[in-house]
Amino acid sequence: MKKLNGVHLANHKNTENCAAVPLPLPKTVRIPMSMHIGAPCAPIVKPRDVVQVGQKIGDTDAFMAVPIHTSVSGTVKSVGIYRMSNGRTCPMVEIKTDGEQSVCPAVKPPVVTDRQSFLAAIHESGLVGMGGASFPAHVKLAPKQAVDTLVINAAECEPYITSDNRQMIEAADEVVDGIRQVLHWLDIPKAIVGIESNKPEAIRILTEKTAEMPEIQIFSLPSTYPQGAEKVLIYHTLGRTVMEGQLPADQGVIVMNVSSVAFVSHYLKTGMPMVQRMLTVDGDAVKKPCNVIVPVGTPVQDVLDFAQCDWDRAKKLLYGGPMMGISIPDPADPVMKANNAILALEKFDSPKASACIHCGRCIQACPLRLMPTEIAKAFRRKDAAALDQLKVTLCMNCGCCTYACPAKRPVAETNQLAKTFLQSAIKR
Amino acid sequence: MASTLTISPSPHVRCGRSTQSIMLLVVVALVPAIVAATVVFGPRALLLVLFCALVSILTEFVCQKLMKKPVTITDGSALLTGVLLALNLPATLPLWEAAIGCIFAVAIVKQLFGGLGCNFANPAITGRVFLLLSFANDMTTWVKPFSYRDLNWFGIFSTSDQLVDGVTGATPLVSGDASLLDLFLGSVGGSLGETSAFALLIGGVFLLCLGVISWHTPVAYLGGLAVLELIYVLATGGELSDVLYALLSGGVILGAFFMATDYVTTPITGKGKLIFGLGCAVLTFVIREFANMPEGCSFSILLMNLLTPYIDRITKTKPLGAKPAERQAKNNG
Repeated sequence: MKKLNGVHLANHKNTENCAAVPLPLPKTVRIPMSMHIGAPCAPIVKPRDVVQVGQKIGDTDAFMAVPIHTSVSGTVKSVGIYRMSNGRTCPMVEIKTDGEQSVCPAVKPPVVTDRQSFLAAIHESGLVGMGGASFPAHVKLAPKQAVDTLVINAAECEPYITSDNRQMIEAADEVVDGIRQVLHWLDIPKAIVGIESNKPEAIRILTEKTAEMPEIQIFSLPSTYPQGAEKVLIYHTLGRTVMEGQLPADQGVIVMNVSSVAFVSHYLKTGMPMVQRMLTVDGDAVKKPCNVIVPVGTPVQDVLDFAQCDWDRAKKLLYGGPMMGISIPDPADPVMKANNAILALEKFDSPKASACIHCGRCIQACPLRLMPTEIAKAFRRKDAAALDQLKVTLCMNCGCCTYACPAKRPVAETNQLAKTFLQSAIKR
Repeated sequence: MASTLTISPSPHVRCGRSTQSIMLLVVVALVPAIVAATVVFGPRALLLVLFCALVSILTEFVCQKLMKKPVTITDGSALLTGVLLALNLPATLPLWEAAIGCIFAVAIVKQLFGGLGCNFANPAITGRVFLLLSFANDMTTWVKPFSYRDLNWFGIFSTSDQLVDGVTGATPLVSGDASLLDLFLGSVGGSLGETSAFALLIGGVFLLCLGVISWHTPVAYLGGLAVLELIYVLATGGELSDVLYALLSGGVILGAFFMATDYVTTPITGKGKLIFGLGCAVLTFVIREFANMPEGCSFSILLMNLLTPYIDRITKTKPLGAKPAERQAKNNG
């Protein structure tokens, strides 16, 4: 099978041997009501309410949504507005911590007896895809199609990030148990764990732990970006192609992030919903790169201060890795459920674009074999029909094309603009 | 909390390759050929290369100033055009004629069509063809290799009309009397870059190894031409060594590695590059064997340049998991 294209990146996995440490409790947390794809929650607490760890503070009846819980005990300071990275706003609950971290009495292990109750428990846990996509897990785990394989995404192909790697090393039992729980309750016969070959220790530990489990296979992926992209992962582990407009379930596959399955195991044992997560803090403006366990809603500033960020040098802050990460406009912005890394960069690339020289490197780099040069031309002449034929909607914004472009053009950015243009043209 | 934060779309890192580094790498890859030309034809070859490079860069500068566009002479593309054009000229060409070729290549072929990335034909090749049609005599007067050694210090910089007849000779493509080893090493007459196949191959392999060019075009061009010549040789009862002779003489190696691999004027996908290379091979073969011109390399690449948009159109990639497009239907609605 021919491997899909991609780019070779400098790894910068500086924190691969840094065991996760808990972050000191922040003074306040700011918890947005939209940390998932889908409908935002409505806050169900008022200012001056006293809350305890794990207590539900936001909920909605919408199917495509998960409830939101507080990560700290304390007093609700305000219910305000948060401007998300896409420019939209959602409600946000700000909580002043009391330092007690007293646990809400409602937090107890869920009773799971069948598929139905398992999915209900997953919904209540507030779990979203922890790899960055923040897709509600209970929706993903309840496809109408028959599923024969659970693919665990442990590629962690972005530079710097090692939180999934540490999860596998430090909590291998939870990872394995989580996989078996999902396989059991959803009646899926087998699981494949896809790990990039640059994480030999995680591969070794998981291979040992699953030696007696024929239903779980550990799969070593090549260390090229973007192995962790869903379609690329499914193609390389199973040789199946998720067609245009299809979900992985249409090919009999569910893909889950490795930290997500570890959370499933932890939740079923303890009943503690999704209120904290492990993330990597790194970047050239950070003096002490590390992996930390952070309460959801903690200001980015607190996390970076813990890693001794040099604020005079930090010129760009990112949620996630340097390839697909999102710029953080304000250090007071919160850590959210799907944040696997916070980076503070001094040096980053934003070169001046020059003329396209038709070298074709963007085409060679694209894992989905799109033609960014043609897409840019079609977009320039506002040709919706051509964009449709060029399949611009398949672009997942992995950034390989922009990375590879010698003329330093904003190739992936143009793809996104073309995508939006095409969607609005179709609606019209 | 002192510094201002930058907000920008991902990705936030870029690779180390730039347009400038690519252009300069190609120039570096041409250095062996320039050295070989200087050894074979004397210092005037080097003078011609430097002169053409300078005139091309100046032309680009003046054009961009006149058009009030940003000056991009540092990207190395004009430098490369100048060097490539020089390698397509005989060592004795008068400098003013070479200058006209450079000005034509950069001003007319490149800048008038929008500058880097917008020209539809290879500027260096078009410049060469322009000179060939304008100054046919000077462009086909080949000085004999190493003849500069017999000349005095003034003579080595002189032009063809100042040379005595005794030191000019035909390109081996016409005379057909050079040994294969001479052709390979370059001790034959011809344009600067047509002489040493060995020096050109060093540069070509260098570019292949660094990923500056892909294998598709040179393999298709040289392979295609070899097969055609082989068939021709078998059909006409020639000697098998004629096939090698055809590959090593003339500008085919220069063309296959340095001209037919120009990004801007050749197809963008591997499949397209294969078609382009094969097309060049067929045209070169036809021109050489059946037309009344000894060398068809420039013309064949130029003709294929014109076909590039059409080749690009039929060699689009098929995206992973793409369903056949629902033609026009929903977009015209």
